[in-house]
Amino acid sequence: MSALLALILLLGLASLTVGPAPIPFWTAAKALVSDEGSASVIVRDIRLPRALLAVLIGGTLGVTGAALQGLLRNPLADSTVFGAPQAAALGAVLVLYFGLAGALSFALPLAAILGALVSIALVVVVAGREGSTLVLVLAGLAVGSLAGAATSLAISLSPNPFAVTEIVFWLLGSLEDRSMVHVWLSAPFLVAASAALLATGPALRALSLGEETAESLGVNVARTRLIVVGASAVGAGAAVAVAGAIGFVGLVAPHLVRPLVGHDPARTLLPAGLAGAVLLTAADCAVRLIPSGVEVRIGVLTAVLGVPVFLWIIARRRSALAEAPA
Amino acid sequence: MSPGLQIQGLSVRLGRRDVLSGLGLALPAGRLTVVAGPNGAGKTTLLRTVAGLIRPTVGAVLLGNASVHGMTRAARATRIAYLPQAGGVSWPLPVRDVVALGRLPHGEAPDALRSEGERAVAEAITAVGLVGFEDRPVTELSGGERARALLARALAVEAPVLLADEPVAALDPRHQLLVLAVLRERARAGSTVVAVMHDLALASRFADRMVLLDRGRLVADGTPAAVLTAARLEAVFGIEAAVAREGEGLAITPRRALPMGEGPLPTSSC
Repeated sequence: MSALLALILLLGLASLTVGPAPIPFWTAAKALVSDEGSASVIVRDIRLPRALLAVLIGGTLGVTGAALQGLLRNPLADSTVFGAPQAAALGAVLVLYFGLAGALSFALPLAAILGALVSIALVVVVAGREGSTLVLVLAGLAVGSLAGAATSLAISLSPNPFAVTEIVFWLLGSLEDRSMVHVWLSAPFLVAASAALLATGPALRALSLGEETAESLGVNVARTRLIVVGASAVGAGAAVAVAGAIGFVGLVAPHLVRPLVGHDPARTLLPAGLAGAVLLTAADCAVRLIPSGVEVRIGVLTAVLGVPVFLWIIARRRSALAEAPA
Repeated sequence: MSPGLQIQGLSVRLGRRDVLSGLGLALPAGRLTVVAGPNGAGKTTLLRTVAGLIRPTVGAVLLGNASVHGMTRAARATRIAYLPQAGGVSWPLPVRDVVALGRLPHGEAPDALRSEGERAVAEAITAVGLVGFEDRPVTELSGGERARALLARALAVEAPVLLADEPVAALDPRHQLLVLAVLRERARAGSTVVAVMHDLALASRFADRMVLLDRGRLVADGTPAAVLTAARLEAVFGIEAAVAREGEGLAITPRRALPMGEGPLPTSSC
């Protein structure tokens, strides 16, 4: 745990040094606290926001993945299951489509969070307040597919080629050119969602014995379900809002920490969050180091690295997964 | 000795079906009561309602003077332990951690047990004969071992009431005897223990009392020998069977299934 924290700090600082204008480690550290001319401008205004966003978003995605895997008692669960990221993306895409705002304006994150909230409301209304987890997943998949289809429709109908480019690039996910305003805008949602999810630890622990037993142990299963689904949607929505679609961090982070902390859902939450922060910060450093004309999109990198890990997990756990509950 | 359970005029409607109708029963502490009846008789619904997981449409379940459905979740969880039918564990947790989940109602987490919890967990593991298995992942155990680990989890709650839904259904004969002995032991120690079972002959050897349900109604309630008569097996289960006393229990040999009609409910009580 402390090793993960140290790693986040180290990568966070490293993330201040890499970019088109390389700044030595100590200069970067000094530029944070004192005026070092252009180095301070670059570090404070350009690189600090993206480092903070990488830690916050990666952390939230990690906690979200661990909580959803605990709730669904399935090691392959992720926030995409409930359709919130897709709905958040649709909210943002509509803003771009109607030309209401550019890719870096604040209307975008607000629309994305609104999209995520609408999607949870829709899922909960369709599934019913006491709806079983399976019904919630089915409703979430349907809402997610609908949002995905609407996004594709917006892209195909867009009369403006610039809007199309903007939409497509934004959907690929990036932390480039984000400001402190983006941090302030998303941080309350990300922190609140993570805190709510961390608080469900004991309930998720009881849920490893099934919903009936958890209920008999004094857990309010229906409320836990609402908190986890709602907080995941808010967290994923806020993440998509400022960084576009970044997949697989939430799926992979819990698997990275389980060999170290065990499978108890309560004990994987925080370490999974830290691991998510490490993953995304490392990925955000990597996209700036990969030599290419334009910066590689971070969502593309996490998918390219995440999918093989995903396949490896499936191959390794084939037999166990065959028996896993839905 | 803890107060027993009082079931008063209990009716439960699930969806559009009346699953239980006007059930009245007193389940005293210190006894192992076995609930039996054909599939769909309402046995599981009865247990889940007594556990507080289902609200009755009419009637009440009292533990001492307190209504089970009026208690807070936390209070109920410390007083009623419930072992569901065919329960499983979703993650490869070590046996000790699974058993320690029984301490959650007491505010103890598996990685932060108080001395009271440590003792309860150790005693539960000893009671089901899983000493030496504490660190084994529960998902790697055999069916019999896993069932005993889950029973130990319910025992570790140390609640005055223990409800077990088909605790021996998936077990080999040896494990069936071991688990029933543990349940009877718990009853002898003063708890109210209620188990749903299908194996009537086995039940007759361990139960202090049998409750027979059919289509949501109480058909018979008394000692195994009084409840399990050939005539009642024919009326309730639709089988022709030979019933004979044998040692502490009954030998029940089913001979053939009778053609079933939707006849009137047998209502005799003993």
